[in-house]
Amino acid sequence: MALSSWKELPIGTIITKPGSAREFKTGDWRSQRPIWDPEKCIHCLICFIYCPDSSIKVNSEGKMTGIDLDYCKGCGICEEECPKQAIHMEIEKR
Amino acid sequence: MPIRALTGNEAMAEAMRQINPDVVAAYPITPATEIVQLFASFVADGLVDTEFVPVESEHSAIAACTGAAAAGARVMTSTASQGLALMHEILYIAAGLRAPIVICEVNRSMSSPINIHCDHSDTMGSREAGWIQIFAEDAQDAYDLTIQAIRISEEVLLPVIVSTDAFIISHSMQRVDILEDNEVQKFIGPHKSPYSLFEKTITIGPLDLQDYFFEHKRQQIDAMWKSPQIIEKVAKEFATKFGRTYGFLEQYRMEGAEQVIIACGSTCGTARVAIDTLREKGIKVGLLNLRVMRPFPHAKLLELLKSFKLVSILDRSVTMSTMGGPVYVELRSALYDAPERPLLVDYIYGLGGRDIDVEQIMDVALKGEQIIKKNKVEKPVDYIGLRE
Repeated sequence: MALSSWKELPIGTIITKPGSAREFKTGDWRSQRPIWDPEKCIHCLICFIYCPDSSIKVNSEGKMTGIDLDYCKGCGICEEECPKQAIHMEIEKR
Repeated sequence: MPIRALTGNEAMAEAMRQINPDVVAAYPITPATEIVQLFASFVADGLVDTEFVPVESEHSAIAACTGAAAAGARVMTSTASQGLALMHEILYIAAGLRAPIVICEVNRSMSSPINIHCDHSDTMGSREAGWIQIFAEDAQDAYDLTIQAIRISEEVLLPVIVSTDAFIISHSMQRVDILEDNEVQKFIGPHKSPYSLFEKTITIGPLDLQDYFFEHKRQQIDAMWKSPQIIEKVAKEFATKFGRTYGFLEQYRMEGAEQVIIACGSTCGTARVAIDTLREKGIKVGLLNLRVMRPFPHAKLLELLKSFKLVSILDRSVTMSTMGGPVYVELRSALYDAPERPLLVDYIYGLGGRDIDVEQIMDVALKGEQIIKKNKVEKPVDYIGLRE
């Protein structure tokens, strides 16, 4: 997303476009990245319940399909809570 | 236009009645209590259409005002001293949201020691909050400038503080020329809002981090830079319609003067008498009433003052920087770019409501004569009326 100059922005910090928080990729803050192992995953969705950023991707059949790295801040709660050690954290490389 | 005998507080409350704001959220505090009390009675008597919110503190008052302004309402409140200090956090928020709010403020000292009387510590303490700040010299100024402030705030999209001096203006009865209700309404026009929560889906006050915060602050700075034009336009229109002239600076007998005394608020009235007497004695002194403190009229001051031999500043508050009062510090900075600058002396006076009289101001000019003769300032920051 290209950043606007001060002359282009609406005044008073107002946001005129609804739902624009989606464009704010908070995954940029991450220092560790969760790695998901589909072989070990039993789709209990405990990680989905615990994830504070709603970054566990689940399909319409209720199966985990991966992690949304656009918004995952790398807190590691999923790794901590996974009963099958199907998620582990690695240092983020950029 | 009816002439009435009103106190400064009554004059401000009357202006508020005629403005008929959509929302007033306020909490009473000495010496501004009367403004809130009178306005509450206007509401109770059905003389205004205002939604009056009797909140539990000044923090809540300005928070409610900010919310109402964001919703698109014309909003006013009133406070003084500790009340303005309690608003401090929200003052920045209102300015950042570009909420057009007008505060009728009464300048009173800041505790401690506790005191209810006039100095400018409260408003001067809010200088960097992003509000336009206007000082009234008397009840007529308080009335006229409150009306102008509505226009200014809604055109610049910055909030405005119009202040009087505790008791000296707020509680002293003076002759005030009151406009007709419809004249006031015609002058202020329908409320203009930069945005409204009710018009379309918008977000107000979101988290603004490293990527945009700076740009939003730059917009506020830009609004301050553009405000003088609007302040002057509104003053000019007011003068054309109602015959009373305002603006950033008022010059009094500065022609042919060697030295100038500069002051804010009610002291200008006392100084006029001193200047008249001094001029009769052949002492070449004039007065400059600094009516607008924010934005600070630095370019105008530079142009106006550069050719005088001496400028004596009367500061009714201190900065605690050990460099004197706020008017002195900022004026000194404004004059830095002049190839030839006047000598400057700051006089701290009137803290906690200590009276200043004509003789004391005359003494400033007499001391000024000596300073001009020596061409040297020995005491750049001095005090008036202090027991040494």
